[in-house]
Amino acid sequence: MATVTTGLATPELLEEHWHETPGLGSFLTTVDHKRIGKRYLYTGLLFLVVGGVESLIMRVQLAHSNLHVVDPETYNQLFTMHGVTMMFLFATPVLSGFGNYLVPLMIGARDMAFPRLNAFGYWVFLGAGLFMYSSFLVHKPPDAGWFAYVPLSDSVYSAGPNNDFYALGLIFIGISTTAGSINFIVTILKMRAPGMSLDRMPIFVWGELAMALTVVFALPALTLANVMLELERQAGFHFFAPPNGGQPLLWQHLFWIFGHPEVYLVVLPALGIASAIIPTMCRRPMIGYTYIVLAEMAIALIGFGVWVHHMFAVGLPTIGLGFISLTSFLVVIPSGVQIFAWLATLWAGKPLLRTPMLFVLGFIILFVIGGLSGPMLAAIPVDQQVTDSYFVVGHFHYVLVGGAMFPIFAGIYYWAPKMTGRLLHEGWGKVSFWLMFVGFNALFFPMHILGLRGQPRRMYTYQPGHGWDFLNLLETIGSFVLAVGILVTFINWVWSAKRGAPAGPDPWRADTLEWATTSPPAEYNFDNIPTVRSREPLWDQPELGPHGQPPEAGGRGLGGGHNTLVTSLLEGEPEIVAPMPHESPWPLLLTIAMAVVFLGLLISNWVVMAVAALATAASVAGWFWPRGETQET
Amino acid sequence: MTLAHDAPLLVPTGQPDERLPTVGAGPTNLGWWGMVLFIAVEATLFALLLASSFYLRFRSGPVWPPDGIEPPKLGLVFVMSAILWSSSLPVHLAHSAIKRGDQRKLRVYLALGFLLGAVFLTLQCAVEYPDILRHEFTPRTDAYGSAFFTITGLHGAHVAVGLLMSAWVQLRARQGAFDRHRHVSVQNFVMYWHFVDVVWVFVLATVYLSPHL
Repeated sequence: MATVTTGLATPELLEEHWHETPGLGSFLTTVDHKRIGKRYLYTGLLFLVVGGVESLIMRVQLAHSNLHVVDPETYNQLFTMHGVTMMFLFATPVLSGFGNYLVPLMIGARDMAFPRLNAFGYWVFLGAGLFMYSSFLVHKPPDAGWFAYVPLSDSVYSAGPNNDFYALGLIFIGISTTAGSINFIVTILKMRAPGMSLDRMPIFVWGELAMALTVVFALPALTLANVMLELERQAGFHFFAPPNGGQPLLWQHLFWIFGHPEVYLVVLPALGIASAIIPTMCRRPMIGYTYIVLAEMAIALIGFGVWVHHMFAVGLPTIGLGFISLTSFLVVIPSGVQIFAWLATLWAGKPLLRTPMLFVLGFIILFVIGGLSGPMLAAIPVDQQVTDSYFVVGHFHYVLVGGAMFPIFAGIYYWAPKMTGRLLHEGWGKVSFWLMFVGFNALFFPMHILGLRGQPRRMYTYQPGHGWDFLNLLETIGSFVLAVGILVTFINWVWSAKRGAPAGPDPWRADTLEWATTSPPAEYNFDNIPTVRSREPLWDQPELGPHGQPPEAGGRGLGGGHNTLVTSLLEGEPEIVAPMPHESPWPLLLTIAMAVVFLGLLISNWVVMAVAALATAASVAGWFWPRGETQET
Repeated sequence: MTLAHDAPLLVPTGQPDERLPTVGAGPTNLGWWGMVLFIAVEATLFALLLASSFYLRFRSGPVWPPDGIEPPKLGLVFVMSAILWSSSLPVHLAHSAIKRGDQRKLRVYLALGFLLGAVFLTLQCAVEYPDILRHEFTPRTDAYGSAFFTITGLHGAHVAVGLLMSAWVQLRARQGAFDRHRHVSVQNFVMYWHFVDVVWVFVLATVYLSPHL
């Protein structure tokens, strides 16, 4: 028992404590952040396919004037669910997936701070996604747009359950996002490896931190708005509909107080992905680390002060509009700081044009284009002219698809080898990139022109003679090219997971800790938790290898038990050896109980609600009930 | 199962002569951070809800409450406030007690705090609400009624959750789960309870006092 007294760890001992036997049991009960992270990724990408198919149907409908591929009601449902899916079920969860998989590895921890909460977050995300999509089974999907303006979405103008699926689904998924974000913040602040002071933290981790902090203060607005909407729809309260003192604009304010930070919380971790890949591929440290970090935080902060620019055309007092216009222009400054820091790093290094780098370069170009149409919309007169036109649709797809989806694909090519142990095929990767890049521009650039020519968004068809036909056809062709490009990457990924070239622990010769372990990593991530002495530990600390760091060089084995290290917030000084929870069935059971509560709310059945609420309380009790030797902490 | 450690358990980390505790109090405990952030989410929720009610009020016209509703009566609510706020004292004392390792006082003060919270909730649900619903307005009357019941109801729900947490902590205290070094559940419950009491300051000012201005 030498290990107990000295704290040294052996792989055998770690394996004994951390191993999860593969199979259905551990599939349903796992708390391993890597398995959960991959689930977020795969599920989110599945929703990308679903949301993508919805958009392809819309593009076919719009390929030519006067087409009737789908009826107007279906079209409304398609654009609503497309928006909801891409924001809440694809972008946010996939970026959480990268964060879940990578953050503990990058900061040298053995798991997230609250592993069961992490599992719970995934199950709730899945449950909320299925909840919203079950609306298709009863032919009543949400149909009032992804921002569901009242009174369009209230019970007078939308009598069916369509927008109950929307409101309840978003309240439900908000629980997942909030839980996940709290987990990220605590993990990042308190579980970094010894020596990893805040100013040595990878920029990707900063991006996840900025995202999580944004969620904490922005998401309650969405939850509150939807609770009020449900009270109005189902219980006859008055908040939004004009009779009896309701104010329709209250919904818009609440929605966008959440909605604009939501845009940034999708983009911020994506910027972090770019900032992880650029230094590796340029073979030099990032130029302007401090400025990039400050810029990310500034974007997160300013994001709370710009919501009214979604409401420039609703007739608010001019003085308020002027202020919001100012803050909206301000966002350009930190965004510009990031872009120039990347350009400087590219300029000073020797960029390797591997597939992840291609996607990052494509992202920079698209993000700049989206960044140019952004200030146009921040100018109130321009915004009032093009509001609710395809110009706006073009702008936000450049920022969101260009700014988030391209980095996500860069991330897939960059980190999938860590997850599967095999590199993706480089040639097919490049094919995929060019198809996506060309298809993307053919799809979204003409939208700016069509918007200026007056094509309104959300109209399911149009008359000939406006001069819109050709560009719409071009967009439709572009959408299919983009879809094929995405498909190529998926096939590449599946094929490479079995037959790709072995990646080894560090295929890119990168600088951050996730590469200081095997590919894929063991359940416990590192044999010894490393001590970090640099911002680029793998470049500056030659002792770091696929097995972490030997004890002689500063590694801590923590006796090989089921625990991880808690460190101080600023400097990363070791404080506590925290025991970690084991696999648990309760996160899933709690999710099921809660899903039934939401089902009860949907069908207004008090019996179902009451029984499910009891089951929820029982699941919480089961979760916290001490098991065996687990002691109160 | 009694875990009466006088010193925290120290385990070796693998670095020479380095031993660290397996549990910490306050900001060294992950659970503390989880609760702080949860409270941040909840505080944001309440802030937005109160702001929404002011929005409804100032967009509705010169008279608030509208529709001939009288401004809220203050007698009962002052009694309720006094009861709720006074519950923070025993809850605080319970925390101090377990920090000294005093099991008996922990249980006594937890029970006292629970009792005061339960009285507040009972007065709200069994006296205040029925009176208003029968004689004055309902959530369906107008935006004022909706805001009144949503704000006070959400707060009441938080008191109820606090009582459930208290019940849980009391159960665990009875099992002897806490000692000087291990009591993060107590600590988290205490933080949550104080938060619910502080929120009531803002609820009282917004819902009950401001219509009299």
